[in-house]
Amino acid sequence: MNQYDAIVIGAGHNGLTNGAYLAKAGLKVAVLERNPYIGGATVSRELHKGWWYSNCSYVSSLLRPEITRDLELPRHGLQVVSFGGGATFTRNGDYFGNYSDHDRHYREMARHSKRDANAYDRYAADTSLQTKLIRPYLMRTPPDPTSMKPRDLRDLLEFARSFMDLGEEKLLDTIKFWTASVGDYLNEYFETDVIKAHMAGSGIIGTALGVYSPGTAYVLLHHYMGDVDGNVGAWGFARGGMGAIADALSKAFQSYGGEIFCDANVDEIIVKNGRAAGVALKDGTEYKAPIVVSNLDPKRTFLDITNPSDLPKDVLKKARNFKIRGSSGKLNIALDGLPVFHGLDPRNRLMAGDLHFSDSLERQERAYDDWKAGTWSKDPYLDMMIPSLTDPTMAPPGKHMMSVFVQYAPPKVEGREWTDEDKDGFEKSVIDQISNYSPNFRDLILHCETRTPREIEAEVGLTEGNIFMGELTFDQLLFNRPFPGYAQYRSPIKGMYMCSSGTHPGGGVMAAPGANAAREILADLKKPNTVPGGYADD
Amino acid sequence: MSDVSRDTMLLTTPFHSRVEAMCDLNDWGNWMGYTTPNAYFDVELEYFAVRSTTGVFDLSPMNKYRVTGPDAQRYLDRLITRDVSKIGVDRVGYAIWCDDNGQVMDDGTIFRLGEQDYRICSYQRADDWLAWNTLGFDVTIENESEAVAGLAVQGPTSCTVLTLLGCTDLNQLKPFGIAHYSFEGRPLMVSRTGFTGDLGYEVWVPPESAEALWDQLFELGRDYLIKPIGSHALELARIEAGFLQANVDFMPAEEVVRVGRTRSPFELGLGWLVDFKKPLFNGRSALLKEQEKGSRYRFAMLDVEGNKPAEHSFILRGNKQVGTVTSAAWCPTAKANIAYAQIEMPHGAVGDELVAEIYYQRELHWTRLLAPCKVIDTPIFKSPKRWQTPAPPH
Repeated sequence: MNQYDAIVIGAGHNGLTNGAYLAKAGLKVAVLERNPYIGGATVSRELHKGWWYSNCSYVSSLLRPEITRDLELPRHGLQVVSFGGGATFTRNGDYFGNYSDHDRHYREMARHSKRDANAYDRYAADTSLQTKLIRPYLMRTPPDPTSMKPRDLRDLLEFARSFMDLGEEKLLDTIKFWTASVGDYLNEYFETDVIKAHMAGSGIIGTALGVYSPGTAYVLLHHYMGDVDGNVGAWGFARGGMGAIADALSKAFQSYGGEIFCDANVDEIIVKNGRAAGVALKDGTEYKAPIVVSNLDPKRTFLDITNPSDLPKDVLKKARNFKIRGSSGKLNIALDGLPVFHGLDPRNRLMAGDLHFSDSLERQERAYDDWKAGTWSKDPYLDMMIPSLTDPTMAPPGKHMMSVFVQYAPPKVEGREWTDEDKDGFEKSVIDQISNYSPNFRDLILHCETRTPREIEAEVGLTEGNIFMGELTFDQLLFNRPFPGYAQYRSPIKGMYMCSSGTHPGGGVMAAPGANAAREILADLKKPNTVPGGYADD
Repeated sequence: MSDVSRDTMLLTTPFHSRVEAMCDLNDWGNWMGYTTPNAYFDVELEYFAVRSTTGVFDLSPMNKYRVTGPDAQRYLDRLITRDVSKIGVDRVGYAIWCDDNGQVMDDGTIFRLGEQDYRICSYQRADDWLAWNTLGFDVTIENESEAVAGLAVQGPTSCTVLTLLGCTDLNQLKPFGIAHYSFEGRPLMVSRTGFTGDLGYEVWVPPESAEALWDQLFELGRDYLIKPIGSHALELARIEAGFLQANVDFMPAEEVVRVGRTRSPFELGLGWLVDFKKPLFNGRSALLKEQEKGSRYRFAMLDVEGNKPAEHSFILRGNKQVGTVTSAAWCPTAKANIAYAQIEMPHGAVGDELVAEIYYQRELHWTRLLAPCKVIDTPIFKSPKRWQTPAPPH
């Protein structure tokens, strides 16, 4: 009874991916989920009858195509549908639109600045160069720079060579890029406020940093390195909402014999003689297995569900110091019809993309100032989508579902816990901002789910509501993720592993951490590898 | 600048005024002498309309021939390789036809509109060939190509949109079924057929109805996210769904100059459309002989490793070239890299592992890639919606 070869804690997309690859290798695997439903932050929930909300993660680009194909997720019902468009509305009643056609995009930029429009090609080439450096490492375990193992030395050499091959000038650019702020990076190319603001959003989403904070240029890259069908930087919706990804992964996992248990709230990882031996649930049930994989973030993994006496002090210290700061909230809104925005015909295809209202870097930085002061942004940065313009299954015909990602929202309000009044104030600042640009918006609202970091942490289990399970800054990337010395998915306890977005290559519904961790586990077990390598990027 | 004496090289379809108004990219191609859009606004998004909502494709340039008369069924049975009697009234059958050497001339659909009343919808023009075949049969052949305008209305919400248009109980129509309605006082025919592998219909009207049909479809379909699609998006969908295309995956037999460039039904994986129980049909004896002696080639669907489409690739086994690719694409819904190939026998059986020699260019630099590939037995995209009756709402 309850005896498995491996137990994975948390049925989010990484836990399910990890479980699928272990089960595919012939292991008897159980995935345990605290909630009564699977998916973690990759869920679709019908919170208003007839409306489905991707109420946590809301778009898909980074999900590795190698995994989608290898686990036959389309056969298990997953359909990722590209969307196009996007716009940033300006205070003077105009907007800046994002077109997929290169020349149409040029013309739109030229409407604001011919020089910016022309500089975009240089910007795109330089940014693509950076994505090409990082993309080959997504489906690989980061090398350990302190290790003398042949594999680590070989990978490090290869890593170093890809940088050295750039030549001096581009290498210097690269070093600068990895440490620069997204604001400074964009200032080197563009002169127009709204153009810069439109692009800078990707540099701050999910991070407790402002557009002028060093390290945010990389965050921009993180949002740019995904692809939909080889179109690097393209984004899509999972048809039926993000839960479709978890559903397809769970079916793949179960097709290999894996078992999923919901309402299974893990209290502690059982360690015997320095080895993982299973888990104990809060209700007292025990599941035994020599392999235990945590899909919780590094803080929860080491500070909540592991007995501190089983861990070396350095890991406890690193876990405690791990940066996982809440910076965002979310509104999911059921709408009675399509909102009309100043300056843009609602039938315009730009409406189907990501919509924003912060028309300058300055406004984005001011929004961050509020976070630093311990409160939510009074003039927030919104990443707003209407997925029902692309996916007819999200809302009844003619009605719409709106997903509003909101930045910034602090983990605590002026040092204290969030209250319901705070939540109302947060919601109001968002709805007020949208209403400033859309006269009919407020009247269309049928239902609104508002999630501050408090709700995201409590319901999803993301510490402080941080969507990436840890800041994506260089001190926490690659061989530093989650901590130096522990970036190869192994914990200090034998048989215990990590597979969450808190490990390389980070969050964004990539499923790469889950797959990479499975590869390491299978290697330790001396089992044949079932995890695919990455496609060559050229 | 209207010039009545101008000899226009390309014609326009009855939907052209509407098509043109929606063709934001102004990206036009020539399909059988008609100006047709390659893409309206974004190939990728048009493709996804077919897979997620409704995509509308103007297929008016297809060739349409009406076959009537007491011998219509006997005539068609002589013409095509499958048993025509099995196609009931108000049903459609996919069919191929061969020359006397058993080599495929074209594929198409046979619509049975009455007891002895059929319409052939074909990719190639077939007036001459159809006429020669009438010898000895009491049939009348009428070229209806310009008399019938058609739209493919394909995708998960297509049934809902057409129902709103007045196609009552359309969700009860089975795959390959035909239903008749009227639209603004003129006949409108719907068949549950298509080239995309998903739930979808083809709508046939007289040209006078075309513009109004388009307008109403797009008005009623707005809440169901209807979008027009061009030929590039359709090409992606058809490769993913496993459909062959004349002049791409095979050469129409009568147009072939060079010896050995034609293909038989068996060599195109279409042997299931050949019914030897019929005593006589064009190509029968040659096909019987081929069945006895074996075919020269085999049609193979290949699942190619990696993400580079194997366009125009040679297919290798070891160092030996055993075939060539005719169609290839990265399939966006199936997330697979698919190629159709003609493989020399005895290679290319299901499960065979071969290698695609792929050439691709990045920034003027060519790379040669040897990608392992495997012969698969069914199309990579299989939508249960295609076969469900009643048709699902989305």
